[in-house]
Amino acid sequence: MPSILMPALSPTMEEGKLAKWLKQVGDMVKPGDVIAEIETDKATMEVEAVDEGPLSAILVPAGTEHVKVNTPIAVIGAADAVPAPKTEVPKPAPATLAAPPVVTQSAPPEEANPTGTEMETMTVREAIRAAMSEEMRRDPEVFLMGEEVGQYQGAYKISQGMLEEFGPQRIIDTPITEHGFAGLAVGAGFAGLKPIVEFMTFNFSMQAIDHIINSAAKTLYMSGGQMGCSIVFRGPNGAAARVAAQHSQDYAAWYGHIPGLKVVMPYTAADAKGLMKAAIRDPNPVVFLENEILYGKSFEVPKGDDWIVPIGKARIARTGRHVTIVSFGISMILALSAAEKLAAEGIEAEVIDLRSIRPLDLPTVIESVKKTNRCVCVEEGFPQFSVTSELAAQVMTHAFDYLDAPVARVAGKDVPMPYAANLEKLALPNADEVVAAAKAVLYV
Amino acid sequence: MAVKSAYIARKNGKSDKPAPSNSGFTAEEELHAYREMLLIRRFEEKAGQLYGMGFIGGFCHLYIGQEAVVVGMQMAQKQGDQVITSYRDHGHMLACGMDPKGVMAELTGRRGGLSKGKGGSMHMFSREKHFFGGHGIVGAQVPLGAGLAFANKYRGNDHVAVAYFGDGAANQGQVYETFNMASIWKLPVIFIIENNRYAMGTAATRSTAMAEQLGARGSAFGIPFEQIDGMDVRAVREAGERAVAHCRAGEGPYILEMMTYRYRGHSMSDPAKYRSKEEVQKMREEHDPIEQVKARILNGKMASEDELKRIDSEIRAIVTEAAEFAQNDPEPDASELYTDIYVNA
Repeated sequence: MPSILMPALSPTMEEGKLAKWLKQVGDMVKPGDVIAEIETDKATMEVEAVDEGPLSAILVPAGTEHVKVNTPIAVIGAADAVPAPKTEVPKPAPATLAAPPVVTQSAPPEEANPTGTEMETMTVREAIRAAMSEEMRRDPEVFLMGEEVGQYQGAYKISQGMLEEFGPQRIIDTPITEHGFAGLAVGAGFAGLKPIVEFMTFNFSMQAIDHIINSAAKTLYMSGGQMGCSIVFRGPNGAAARVAAQHSQDYAAWYGHIPGLKVVMPYTAADAKGLMKAAIRDPNPVVFLENEILYGKSFEVPKGDDWIVPIGKARIARTGRHVTIVSFGISMILALSAAEKLAAEGIEAEVIDLRSIRPLDLPTVIESVKKTNRCVCVEEGFPQFSVTSELAAQVMTHAFDYLDAPVARVAGKDVPMPYAANLEKLALPNADEVVAAAKAVLYV
Repeated sequence: MAVKSAYIARKNGKSDKPAPSNSGFTAEEELHAYREMLLIRRFEEKAGQLYGMGFIGGFCHLYIGQEAVVVGMQMAQKQGDQVITSYRDHGHMLACGMDPKGVMAELTGRRGGLSKGKGGSMHMFSREKHFFGGHGIVGAQVPLGAGLAFANKYRGNDHVAVAYFGDGAANQGQVYETFNMASIWKLPVIFIIENNRYAMGTAATRSTAMAEQLGARGSAFGIPFEQIDGMDVRAVREAGERAVAHCRAGEGPYILEMMTYRYRGHSMSDPAKYRSKEEVQKMREEHDPIEQVKARILNGKMASEDELKRIDSEIRAIVTEAAEFAQNDPEPDASELYTDIYVNA
């Protein structure tokens, strides 16, 4: 008998809540009938039947949270049928991270917590939302603008609930007009307001890049210091999962290239919150690169509304003495995972989370390399003219005499992101490549 | 909806030919306009001369011929209304009251320039005079200008933003993205299309659909428009006042298409071979904005020839002083290379 499986409702969904059953056991069901509602952290979606017959069993009661994708949730057909884990429902996308499962942080943020600071568990999504909301409460000139940020509650639910709190004057739904609304927001910034511009993904910022670079980043200089622009451009960046070449690109190097911009790319929720607050308060244009896959990950975040992480400061995520691994954003998962694997072989890696791409915290990197004499740089972006190229050049320039091996780089492959699951996995860097690079620079 | 359509149709009806001005200027207003336009004319002539002498580098786009547009609009605005424009911006800055010495010294790339010599002809700004540039990317100033208007609305003040762009920029996509947002959000922004007939060397008729009425493009977004004789400073001010009143009343954006003409090439390096000498000569002789005012002043006995000559020599003195300053002021200190990239957080 056909069993109905918990469906994947987005490229990155791994689990969800079975909110409500709309059919009872014994009801006749036809293809297309809505039988249940599923809630993810992004949306509430309806589940439609594909098969015809009586609903013979409900396997997951309404209200159940954390139901994994592909779990059988109901059976259509004879009442005595045993649900078999067959795949009538199209097989959902496997989790695409080539890396092993998420490793929880092995070291707390070093600058982080004045002793005694109370912590709370928070997802990256909640952290970004909390940071924006706190800053909007604090400063009436801060507003959020973008596609679907208001009534829809955010394409990725970052701004969920903010329209209700701040109203449509400050949570502004835009038309699908990246070039136009980015320019408009920069103009509002020239006039002294503090816009937060959400790009539904940073891929769409390509439409707006002229205003980010030519209007936002350069005007202070061109005006001899008279006319700056306090603005945050934010949104998910980099590869999500199975969304192919036009929707899977890392812009860290693109924006990191530009004098006049600040660029941050946090990994943890604590950094996401603290850096977002710093970005909003910063009088300069800040490009804030988020990651869809990280949105749902939980971390410990200091409680309260005064948690700020300074832009331009790296974080030593794990201390070690044999090799320095430098990374940022989602690639920190690979760096930390590789460090675990290396530790199992007796190699102690020091892992640095850059957090800021521009300005780069070179002193932290250089100091570490002087200690370990070996350096591996890890990123998801394309390898040429990348953040890791820059790191390699800087380490060579400033720590040449301390290096016992050439700086190694692990990056995304030099190809547009493919769609096929296996090819996508090959295109992304993985922890084993980081381990291999670390061993290569250690000559082991 | 019917009302709105009728409103637009009425505006459309006006635009069959440029609307004549029926609002006479007072003697004081005529003299003000004369003086302001003459300052721009003489300043630009001097800039052209300094360019030829090698004091000004790079791009330099002169405003000669178009003076009535910005001077008439400025007369319709009030203190605190913002102005933003493209790279053909010297006239706008002078009309906003920015110091001619500072503008000219910026053209020559000197430390006393309004951008300390770092911006040049196309990039100057003044918070004090509410002038927001000076933008070198064709059309970029249009959403930026709508953003200034957005800030006015956000703050609940009654200021209006005036965003100037040319017939060439009217073919940039971001202009229509901006029309759409300005309309749905009822932003207090006046879009001034300075239609000087040529997008660099391409006649509007060769590059632009419905070129005879660029302002009509706003009607797709429900934005009222008028086509105005931009060589007549009175017509410009009168239309400007209607547009300003519309915006201040919270009715949303307004488009004024100013039919104007630049006497010089697109930039200093443009020989303007795409049009005939006769065409230029005819505009200068029959439509020159400054000569029109001058004739009215003399015919109306608002001032004597001698009094006008006195104004002329005052203007020449201002421009000469600016040019001398711009040639003698030192270049920026080398240390300025690395300043003004970031505001200290």
